[in-house]
Amino acid sequence: MAKQASAREVLLNPVFNNNPIALQILGICSALAVTSNLDTALVMAIALTSVTAFSNLFIAMIRRQIPASIRMIVQMVIIASLVIVVDQILRAYAFTLAKQLSVFVGLIITNCIVMGRAEAFAMQNPPWASFLDGIGNGLGYSAMLLALGVVRELFGAGKLFGHEILPLVQDGGWYQPNGLLLLPPSAFFLIGLFIWALRMWKKGQQEPATFRLAPQVKEEDNGWKEA
Amino acid sequence: MGLRSYLDSIEHHFARGGRFERWFALYEATDTFLYRPASVTRTTAHVRDGIDLKRMMILVWFATFPAMFFGMWNVGFQANTAYAAQPELLASATDWHLAIIRLLAGFDPGSLWDNLFHGAVYFVPIYLVTFAVGGFWEVLFAMVRGHEVNEGFFVTSVLFALILPPTIPLWQVALGISFGVVIAKEVFGGTGKNFLNPALAGRAFLFFAYPAQISGDAVWTAVDGFTGATPLAQAAQEGIGQLAENGLTWCDAFIGIMPGSVGETGTLAILLGGAVLLLTRIAAWRIVAGIFLGMSVLSLLFNLIGSATNPMFAVPWYWHLVLGGFAFGAFFMATDPVSAAMTDTGKWIFGVLVGVMVILIRVVNPAFPEGMMLAILFGNLCAPLIDHFVVAANIKRRMARHVQQ
Repeated sequence: MAKQASAREVLLNPVFNNNPIALQILGICSALAVTSNLDTALVMAIALTSVTAFSNLFIAMIRRQIPASIRMIVQMVIIASLVIVVDQILRAYAFTLAKQLSVFVGLIITNCIVMGRAEAFAMQNPPWASFLDGIGNGLGYSAMLLALGVVRELFGAGKLFGHEILPLVQDGGWYQPNGLLLLPPSAFFLIGLFIWALRMWKKGQQEPATFRLAPQVKEEDNGWKEA
Repeated sequence: MGLRSYLDSIEHHFARGGRFERWFALYEATDTFLYRPASVTRTTAHVRDGIDLKRMMILVWFATFPAMFFGMWNVGFQANTAYAAQPELLASATDWHLAIIRLLAGFDPGSLWDNLFHGAVYFVPIYLVTFAVGGFWEVLFAMVRGHEVNEGFFVTSVLFALILPPTIPLWQVALGISFGVVIAKEVFGGTGKNFLNPALAGRAFLFFAYPAQISGDAVWTAVDGFTGATPLAQAAQEGIGQLAENGLTWCDAFIGIMPGSVGETGTLAILLGGAVLLLTRIAAWRIVAGIFLGMSVLSLLFNLIGSATNPMFAVPWYWHLVLGGFAFGAFFMATDPVSAAMTDTGKWIFGVLVGVMVILIRVVNPAFPEGMMLAILFGNLCAPLIDHFVVAANIKRRMARHVQQ
């Protein structure tokens, strides 16, 4: 991370260039669990974005006062308090959604993205930049969650936000829903495909090969590689 | 040799730098399909036999033929028997398959031709779609990566088509083989680098995505509106004794005259093909033996334990052998040399693991009556680990031999 990153870079880089799910491979657990429909995916995205943004803000404010030896505990206290606030707000104003999200709101505490940004960014940067970084990483997470939610709900249930888009066979329509997409493992395949697409687009994200197969035959005059 | 010289005359267009360099994969596939490849090994290799990937795959492909033709006959026989019993189903059916069948055959369950043709009308489109769609992905990846199309797909496609129910919608066939080829094989680097059996992965995809068309009671006989559970599902519901009362003897089941996926019912035909694979050493006998061992021992154990509520506990091992996809999976799926264990000891462990898992899923798991697909996929996942431990143990043993005095 460049020292003098502009506010715009801090905010927008995590969306495609340094996506927390697609490049850092963090926060996968909740991305599998809450994306079977768009409602829960959106609420989860907002909840995580606000927690990351505010925990970054508060930790950055007191970053010079936190003793290094207990910094994890201090960060956890701040994050846990914020998650409780978010959980209470959800229960007060969106009870059915909070029910659907069940433990996954509480599990934001253990989400690696929140801890990771607090430790990697907020401990070294001023509050405003840290706040933007929290929003930015939240946006990166949200973009992936919403993309997953759209694919899974549209092709798994023929709906978007609960509204029918593709009429289902059992309701007299033509679309045969794909039951696999409603199961959490499908998010694994989809995340994998998204990462594949993203790395085709942004070649810089491709990892170097860890090994190379030796050719079985010496490549000679005709230039064909024989398998 | 007109064709040979024609192929040679256009070869330079496809070689590196030629006009159609991108299409090299297709040219090479056509050429090696028609003729023996001209390439020879130039390094110091110990060649005992010229059995290359192409010959191996074609042998497996031929080995599936008994099961395939028997399966087609059986699909026709099951359907025609159902039509004979309930003629009103035939009168009300509007399926396009039937229009083709009426052109060239009748609906007599006693006629070999009627049954075979009936089954072919259902099976051949499934196979063609599998071949066309899967082949499209193969060629696409080969072109982008700049290597040849691999003969392995011959086997994947025929195996995939044989483990589907005859009534499966063709668009699902296309989706399933796409998943199998792209997600289970090509993303890992193509033939030889996949850790799952692509045909089984494609079927597992369909099994979880569209369970209504690949499980349950309505899909196994190619007759609209006819429901008949597979014998395995009947055994899970009512016990193995009920099968005989429904008119299915062990001999019938062994020959394969029962509803099921196209290629999996005919245990006798599968054994014929399987024997060819074992004799030519394409299928590892250790894996097959391990599967039979694991299956028999665990099912005997379950027989001894017994259960008042679960009739599957009482199913003897020789029934497990002939029901569901056990035989087909044991000979054709689990022995896939890429996704199975590679070491000799590992093959035994792998086989026993698959055999044990299939009985566990069939008997103890209430959700799935059939367990062969999931058991083999589970075995595939464990195979690299098994090999790792076998190799590590071997290294440790040899290190101990040379311990410093």
